[in-house]
Amino acid sequence: MEGVTVTHFVVLSAILFSLGLFCVVTRRNALGILMGIELILNSANVNYVAFARYGQTGYDGQVFAIFVIMLAAAEAAIGLAIVLGIYQTFETIDVDATDRLRG
Amino acid sequence: MPITTVVFYLLATFTVVCALGVALSNNIMYSAFALMGTLLGVAGTFVVLGADFLGVVQLLVYVGGILVLTIFAVMLTHRIADVHVSNRAVARPLAVILVGGVFAWLVRAGTAASWVAKEATTPQPTTYGIGNAFLTDYVLPYEIASLVLLVALIGAVVVSRKEIGG
Repeated sequence: MEGVTVTHFVVLSAILFSLGLFCVVTRRNALGILMGIELILNSANVNYVAFARYGQTGYDGQVFAIFVIMLAAAEAAIGLAIVLGIYQTFETIDVDATDRLRG
Repeated sequence: MPITTVVFYLLATFTVVCALGVALSNNIMYSAFALMGTLLGVAGTFVVLGADFLGVVQLLVYVGGILVLTIFAVMLTHRIADVHVSNRAVARPLAVILVGGVFAWLVRAGTAASWVAKEATTPQPTTYGIGNAFLTDYVLPYEIASLVLLVALIGAVVVSRKEIGG
């Protein structure tokens, strides 16, 4: 795989991470924020797999990436359930409007 | 130019353009579909990196599971008839400065470091090795992961159900 080095993947991952961070910081829609978190988790996975490939550390990197995907699935299920709960209480999922802990 | 380089740049461009759509689109539905493009691009990147099993897992779990769940949540929390499904964003100039700084720092760190890069070998099928790793070195995290998933499943049902009479 000459031409493409590990740096290429690190930069790709940095771009994904930055866009995810931008999404989390600017969005006021709770679902938009969750999508930003998915972008950030994906950028971490790209790094894991790239270093596993180029460092030839066996399967450790890919196993970690699978754990990250598993935790992302759990996070999405819980996060979306909470968003639906917020919607039932506040009739909106704008995070600026959800300023009460007691429903 | 070798074929893997071309494929990498095509996939990277596709991924980044779709990620821009996720971050900048004014419609939450467009963001959700752009997220699908990003996830597909990352799955392709995994395949380029020789992680075939992980690419398929990415397709099944992310595109087939998490994304469908996200789109369901979008449709449940907005009136579908509402044409303008807003996706409000605030403080963009400030965020551009902050995120731009983080990005510049990350790229500088990533390009300045001298990574230990061994000669890339021909990719082998990874399923056998990952299965072995899960049932030997990683058997305890594997079992804990199944417990976490069970707890998350029950927790999601408990949180999102309607309280009867409550």
